[in-house]
Amino acid sequence: MSASTSTFPPVGRRRRISDTGDRIFAALCTAAGGFVLVLLGAIIVTLFIGALPAFERFGVAFIWGTTWNPVEGREEFGAGVSIVGTLVSSLLAIIFAVPIAFGIAFFLTELAPGWLKRPIGTAIELLAAVPSIIYGMWGLFVLVPFVQKNIQLALGEQLAALPLVGFLFESTNFAGTSLFSASLVLAIMILPFIAATMRDVFDQVPAVYKESAYGLGATRWEVMTGVVIPYTRVSVVGGIMLGLGRALGETMAVTFVIGNANRIATSLFDSTTTIASVIAMEFPESLAGSLQQSALFAIGFLLFVISFAVLAISRWLLRPRLK
Amino acid sequence: MSAVISISSVLSPEEAAMKRRLGRRRRLIDNLVRAFCLLATGVGLFFLASIMLTLLWRGIVALDWTVLTAEFQPTRYGDDSLPKGGLAHAIVGSLIQTFIATAIGTPIGLLVGTYLAEYARDSKFGLAVRFISDILLSAPSVLIGLFIYQVVVLPTGGFSGMAGALALAIIVIPVVVRTTEDMLQLIPNTLREAVVALGAPKWKMITLVAWRAALSGILTGVLLAFARIMGETAPLLLTSFGNNVLSTDLTRAMASLPVSIYQQANSGFPDLIEIAWSGALLVTLGVLIINIIARVLLRKRH
Amino acid sequence: MNDQPSIPVAELTGSFGGLQARSNAQLNSVARISVRNLDFYYGPHLPKALKGINLDFPDRQVTGMIGPSGCGKSTLLRVLNRMYSLYPGQRAEGEVIMDGRNLLSPDIDINELRSKVGMVFQKPTPFPMTIYENIAFGVRLHEKLSKKQMDERVEWALTRAALWNEVKDRLQSSAMGLSGGQQQRLCIARTIAVRPEVILFDEPTSALDPISTLKIEELIDELKRDFTIVIVTHNMQQAARCADQVAFFYLGELIEVAPAAQLFTAPKHPKTQEYITGRFG
Repeated sequence: MSASTSTFPPVGRRRRISDTGDRIFAALCTAAGGFVLVLLGAIIVTLFIGALPAFERFGVAFIWGTTWNPVEGREEFGAGVSIVGTLVSSLLAIIFAVPIAFGIAFFLTELAPGWLKRPIGTAIELLAAVPSIIYGMWGLFVLVPFVQKNIQLALGEQLAALPLVGFLFESTNFAGTSLFSASLVLAIMILPFIAATMRDVFDQVPAVYKESAYGLGATRWEVMTGVVIPYTRVSVVGGIMLGLGRALGETMAVTFVIGNANRIATSLFDSTTTIASVIAMEFPESLAGSLQQSALFAIGFLLFVISFAVLAISRWLLRPRLK
Repeated sequence: MSAVISISSVLSPEEAAMKRRLGRRRRLIDNLVRAFCLLATGVGLFFLASIMLTLLWRGIVALDWTVLTAEFQPTRYGDDSLPKGGLAHAIVGSLIQTFIATAIGTPIGLLVGTYLAEYARDSKFGLAVRFISDILLSAPSVLIGLFIYQVVVLPTGGFSGMAGALALAIIVIPVVVRTTEDMLQLIPNTLREAVVALGAPKWKMITLVAWRAALSGILTGVLLAFARIMGETAPLLLTSFGNNVLSTDLTRAMASLPVSIYQQANSGFPDLIEIAWSGALLVTLGVLIINIIARVLLRKRH
Repeated sequence: MNDQPSIPVAELTGSFGGLQARSNAQLNSVARISVRNLDFYYGPHLPKALKGINLDFPDRQVTGMIGPSGCGKSTLLRVLNRMYSLYPGQRAEGEVIMDGRNLLSPDIDINELRSKVGMVFQKPTPFPMTIYENIAFGVRLHEKLSKKQMDERVEWALTRAALWNEVKDRLQSSAMGLSGGQQQRLCIARTIAVRPEVILFDEPTSALDPISTLKIEELIDELKRDFTIVIVTHNMQQAARCADQVAFFYLGELIEVAPAAQLFTAPKHPKTQEYITGRFG
């Protein structure tokens, strides 16, 4: 070190750091956090206020009422059909999607060779990024004709002849737009979400556990059922609930393929409707301040309550995984 | 020890046969499961391929310069002398609303994510904010449309592009919150301490160093949010409603690509459905390309 | 403890338990920082992490703090620049006197304090920006400098940190591209660029290879001409090589403090002797 380096170079005017900047920034961040809470609160309150006229007019019976008649002068509204349609289509979608999602997750974590994991994983994640309206169009123009021709017409009559469960397949609706089509599209939509969540939680099982089971001579399936699933059970259910939450609120894909008929489907091939698709179909054409609009707010409010509950449970189950 | 060895080494013929049968059974189950998983993955990829190929196949038919530059035209009923319509009005409307929504939602989401990671890691209020933000992340978007209808569309007297952008902004916020918080959590605490040890106030530590260290991750979040709202349809039906002509007026109803696709796909006229497919191809390509860019951006960091 | 022995320690320099104390300087009798009756708590319901510490840090000399993990040496270091106040719940009681003021009192401007008491960490912590910006960052917080003055300051700091020749051609490239040892010297340059009076080193070489370690140790020896230095280390050889004064901590208490040569050749306390000879249980 030369001596010259010991002498300090020129010194500048001293800045005073006040704590005002810190206070403002902290307040800004806290306010933004508060804003999120206020936002959710505002959504609930707004939906409820919009729903009030309908609730006042029809009372609690609105929830199970099955009439939906927007004709002026004879208006009568009930949420029964759309609530049942929402729940049934989402549950069917879960039933279709979960085994496939599980298979994909199992494949991606245990079976696929390393070089294949990333491209397939990415492809499945891209499936999740496709907008729902695309699923709707694809459903309407590709899936619905396929269901109509190759499933309903080909299998429907044989299945309808089955004792006890036959009625599930018997329908006078041959349009192809049906509860079954909607559930199928929903299943394809939520498939990547559930598969990705399952893959992530399976990946979190410490390798030592799996290796010690393999060391005992267990097959991959035995390791899955004996080690991985017990270890990740809660998170897997959380992931399924997350998928259910998405299915309940899905709008466009369902609107295209469910047929939008205000009747409770007794058969898989009947057309029916869901809360989200009733809103999407009728709201843009409804009159501001009309009873119909209020009824639409009312079913929106009910959808909010249902999906909030499902999503809250899902988050709660996934909590140890996320934290 | 020796007893164990003697038991396993001396198997009666029946025991040995049983063990072989059991082994066969176990292998059979294992192979069946493997086959099922392969099939499941194939099914997943098949759907992706089916959607993409359908989009390409049917979207390319009507995709030409006119689709990109012309406004909506009613069906030609097969009469080719009538002008062909396009989606320019919808593309412009979508871009305007998506950009404004991202511009509004990103700073709010950034601040909330920063609040969660830097100020409220374990506080009760922080837990509540994180929980609610995660609920909003998956909340039905059609309800956000209803909300904005009630608080913006009704008071301002009609559907408007601004209302659409606000609805989309609400969807952007939780996506940005999630990635911002996750990325800031990845920053080692010693980096924060090193900044503070130089005498930097906390806000400068966050804005000048922590944000910069998390930049690529945060950008990824913004891109993903942008891609997600590009395809949102339901909330726009109730807020910006759609428009058949090109309009950049934020106070009036504004077209958007997803809503135009929805309307033309349901029109029942083959020529309009063709245009809807072209729009669908455009939206999907846009969404997927942005998604891929976001992934590359994130991977570069690791 | 307060009457620092000012005996010439040259005759004491020798080996003890395989340790060779390099320094044979006399301890400066002027204390830059004085710690008085310091207690420290990591949380309201946790036991004291530091118990009644009294210690002087002599001006422009190196104080080494040694002791087994969890003995409180790093805790004390983090009190000296109030780093602990980042974490709500952590609390210090007692006095830390510098320039006649108690650093623990609430009216101390904590950012100004940290500009006077700099810190270098265990792992290199380059900021995600250019080499130049890494150095200028801290300076800019506290001083208004022209571009030219800033250039001079950056060059000065990098030279003092023995890094200038290695990086002068790539000041505008990212600091993340430097090697571990270079990153650590960059952190030292960043710290001295702010012109602190005291520099705290928290196990500065534990993540580095032997050659980089040697460079940092030489640097510390060089820097003490202008700065008061406190170094926490778990490596006794390092304490012996670098420090003028060594303090031994055990279970939150200061067991012994003495000139390095004395502590390593003739420890007074049996615990110290056990520790430096490696017979620690």
